[in-house]
Formats: sequence, structure tokens, C-alpha cells
Amino acid sequence: MGNIVLRNVHKAFGATTIIPDIDLDIADGEFVVFVGPSGCGKSTLLRLIAGLEDTTSGKIMIDGRDVTDEAPAKRKLAMVFQSYALYPHMTVAKNIAFPLKMAGESPDVIDKKVKDAARVLNLTNYLERRPGQLSGGQRQRVAIGRAIVRQPSAFLFDEPLSNLDAALRGTMRLEISELHQQLKTTMIYVTHDQVEAMTMADKIVVLNAGNIEQVGSPMELYKSPRNLFVAGFIGSPKMNLIEGAVAAKHGAKTIGVRPEHVAISTTAGDWKGKVGVAEHLGSDTFIHVQTEEHGTINVRAGGDTVVRHGDTVYLTPDAKRLHRFGPDGKALG
Amino acid sequence: MARAVTTRHKTIATIAAWIVALLIFFPILYTIITSFKSEQEAIAGFNLIPSGTLESYAAVEAQSGYFKFFLNSVILSLGSTVLALIVSVPAAWAMAFSPTKRTKDILMWMLSTKMMPAVAVLFPIYLLFRDAGLLDSRIGLTVMLMLINLPIVVWMLYTYFREIPGEILEAARMDGATLWGEIVYVLTPMAVPGIASTMLLNIILAWNEAFWTIRLTTINAAPLTAFISSFSSPQGLFWAKLSAASTLAIAPILIMGWFSQKQLVRGLTFGAVK
Repeated sequence: MGNIVLRNVHKAFGATTIIPDIDLDIADGEFVVFVGPSGCGKSTLLRLIAGLEDTTSGKIMIDGRDVTDEAPAKRKLAMVFQSYALYPHMTVAKNIAFPLKMAGESPDVIDKKVKDAARVLNLTNYLERRPGQLSGGQRQRVAIGRAIVRQPSAFLFDEPLSNLDAALRGTMRLEISELHQQLKTTMIYVTHDQVEAMTMADKIVVLNAGNIEQVGSPMELYKSPRNLFVAGFIGSPKMNLIEGAVAAKHGAKTIGVRPEHVAISTTAGDWKGKVGVAEHLGSDTFIHVQTEEHGTINVRAGGDTVVRHGDTVYLTPDAKRLHRFGPDGKALG
Repeated sequence: MARAVTTRHKTIATIAAWIVALLIFFPILYTIITSFKSEQEAIAGFNLIPSGTLESYAAVEAQSGYFKFFLNSVILSLGSTVLALIVSVPAAWAMAFSPTKRTKDILMWMLSTKMMPAVAVLFPIYLLFRDAGLLDSRIGLTVMLMLINLPIVVWMLYTYFREIPGEILEAARMDGATLWGEIVYVLTPMAVPGIASTMLLNIILAWNEAFWTIRLTTINAAPLTAFISSFSSPQGLFWAKLSAASTLAIAPILIMGWFSQKQLVRGLTFGAVK
């Protein structure tokens, strides 16, 4: 089981409030991603759940049990740190075995569990090595191995992939998702990378300055962002946000249109502009168009689109997929 | 071209390093050379090739009994080091892992005591030792050596402990380690290289300490520093004997330093983080 409930959780360091007041429900087996810009309090929130930080007020419950004042070890959670936090003086096998040893398991059980974990994580050949002799990806797998042997009620990941290079990050992202499919254990994953959030999560929690801006499935957040912050944060490239007369025409303070929902033409369209930079990715082309009335508009076009710097183009937003926001930044119905 | 320049730079740097090292080492080397000369050779002037006689060593041993001083040196340096560690490990530990606003001030204050010339407190300390009956006692001197090296030991350990990443301790806590488990299985093994090199340095410092060891001892607790100084004054200048005594005094610590070079340079935490 891995049911986690936060009620009015508040965290302040001295006079500085990091997390004002948060309510959150995480169901058993869910893959929840906390996403937000640096300093939004996502890591602090994870550490509060882990018990590495004390809550200033509020309640944290795991499987119906109030754990607010319990030590980290008693919460039956496992954590994978950004820096891996492996024990440098122990071999891979001993690193993975450490939580079992602390739990007082017998050597036979430890041996079996370590070998099982090593097999799942492709670490069998590295069991006698020390962390210093491993690559970044292997170290991250050892950290995951150390987490899975305990069979915790939930896994906590604190930006686990940010020290890896882009290619490895892609692979590890898949591996963690697969692990979740296999184990079906609750996972809470902190990242500032919205691509990781979109691809891995069952449920995304978007945080900004300690507040939860929106909670929902990746597609819910993509299709119906509740406010300007979520609209701008989720989706890559970012949503185009336009204010002024065009927005007023739609009865809004700001309108938003995603780059993939803007049609580009060399002959006719709603907004006239000049091509700035065109990024050819092969599968897609990201075109930055300098329009006369609305500033820079980003357009996502097909990979075969050929435009050159300085070309005059016409853009037409998909009217059905416009997002409208009021003066308070909230989405209008 | 670039490679040729690099090679030349390396050669020049190597030669320079050797020259500097030899310059620094030369007084010790010349002491060792002189110890293998007769007294006549020793006063005859600069000469790098000794006759190889061992008469100075024989005379030194017969005259003063090297072993007793050696034993005192061992007891004082080891004893003061163990005492210093018992006091400073918990102190440095607390300051590194639970720092307060005043931690830096405390550290600076401790270090500032090292800036004071020892002679400034010679009288009070001498009187304290006399009244407590600690003059020429091993216990008194052990405590004294521990106290004078304590600031440096605390600083060194504090620096080593500070390098242990906090996340590793948090990981241990998540893995179910109790405070005791954390100390025994994670912190101590990671701190051992730091503790070991601090220990070695403290032994060397205590072994070489000459101000207090000479002034607070006469016979019973006198270590090798007192042994050397006993050859410099009473019977006039006997260079060869003085050199033999010095060589005997520094040999143990030189040998220990040579074999523990690797311990003094440490790097076990590498690879733990990132």
C-alpha cells in the first residue's frame, strides 16, 4: 500500500514561508510528479513527506496512519537522491544490502534480495565494485536498487536524472517508468523538467512559490491549464500568450495558443510576420515568427516545412484550441 | 610543437622541484652525514663524505640511554594524540553536522590561541604544573601536548567531516539506520581517512614539540627533544654526537611519515556524489 495524504501542510524556515498550506491526495500505485521552477518548494515538499524536514504545521498520513512526527525510517518510504548518495566505502552489493541489514534481515535473505535487485537493474556484474568505479547511470541504478530491496510503500525521487547526460536521461526515464509498471508501487518524482513530468506521470502536481497551481493528468494539464502559470509551464515549446485587442475580441485579458495549433502559410492568414529562427529537428520544425502586432509567436510545423530567415509568412491560430484567461490569470470557462 | 613545449616545461618544473626539495632536506641530510663522522672530521669543515664511523652513536647511547627518551616520546605523542581525538572527534562532529550561529566564532577563537606565543604563558603554566605536582610527569606533559595541538586537530577533523555530504547521512536515515547505525556504519568509515591523517599529523607535531617538553621535564618524562638538547650545552659543542642524537630522534618519525604518506593523502569520498 502507498496511500499518501497531506492536510494543511505548512513549512516555514524562520520567517520565510516555503509552503503556505497544501492539501494533496496520492492514491496507492500512482506515479505522481511534482514539477515547477527552481525554488518552488517541490523538493521541500518531498522532504516533508520523507520526514527529512519537519512540518511547521499540518498533517501527513501514509496508509491512514499519521506519520507527521515519525522518523524517516519508520515511514516505510525509500528515496533516491539527486546526488545518488551512495555509501562510497561500500561495494555495490553492500550498498543495496544496507537497508536490509538495518532492518535486521538474515544474511540469506539479504543475499537473495540483493541478487534479485541486481538482476532487475543489470548490476549483477558490478556487485563487487565501489561507487567510485561506476558510471553515472550505473550509480543511479544502484541508488534505485537500494530503494527497491526494502519493498517500501512508496518511492521518492528527488530530481534523480539531472546529473546525467541527455541520452542517458532518456534511457533512465524509460527504465523508471518500466519499474513502476512492474512494481505498481506509489512513486513521487520531483523534477523541474516538464518533459519528464509529461512522459512519466499518472498525475502531475504543478507547484509555484510553494502553492499547488494545478493537479491533473498530463493531458488534462496540457488541454485545460487552469491558469497562465500552468499554461506557460506545461508544453514544449511554450504556449504563445497574447494580450491586447486580439484577446479582448475573445472576451479575455490574455489568450494562449500552443505552437502546434498555429497554421503557417506563405500566402494568407490572420497574423502577418517575418521568420526569425527556424529550428529543424527532422521530425518537427520550430519556427519563431516576428509578427507585427503580437510580438514573437512560436510555431511548430512539420519536419518538411521549408522557410528561411526573413521570409514573410501568415499565421492562423486554431480557434477551437484557444485558451482564454481573465485579468486574474485564471482560465475562463 | 605544443608537446615539445609541454615536455620542456615539465622538465624544468621537475628540476626546480628537486632543487627546492633538496634545499629543504639538506640540513637533515647533513645532520645524518655528520653523525657518521668522528668529532675531528665534524669540526674540520664542510665535507659531504663521512668516514662512516659509528663512534658517535656508541658514545651517545652509552652516555644517555637513548631508549628511555624514545619511550617517553612514544608515550607522549601517542597518549596526547589519543586524548586529543577523544576530545576533538565529538567536538568537530557536533560543529560539522549541527552547526549553530556561533560555530565559526568558536572555531576562530580556538585557532586564535595558536597565535599567541607559547612563552607568554610559560610562567602561569609552569606554576600550575609545579603546584599540581605535574612537573617532569608523563601525565602532565601528555595533557599539555594534547591541549596545544587541540585547536589544529579540531579544525582538521571539522574540515574532513564537513566534506561528508549531508545527503549520504539522509540516505542512511531513510534506509532505516538509527543514530548509532549512522555513526558506526556510515559516518565513521567515511571519516576514517580524515581521522587517520589527523592522527598522524598530531603524532608528528607532538613528537617534534620542543618548547614545553624541554621546559617542563628533567629526567623522568623527558622525550627525545630533551635528549637532543642535552647534547648541545653541557659539554661544549660536539657536532658529531649532537648529529647522532638528532638522527636517532628524528629517524622514527621520518620512517613513520614515509610509510604513511598514502594515509596522509586521502580520497575515499571521491565518487560518492556526482
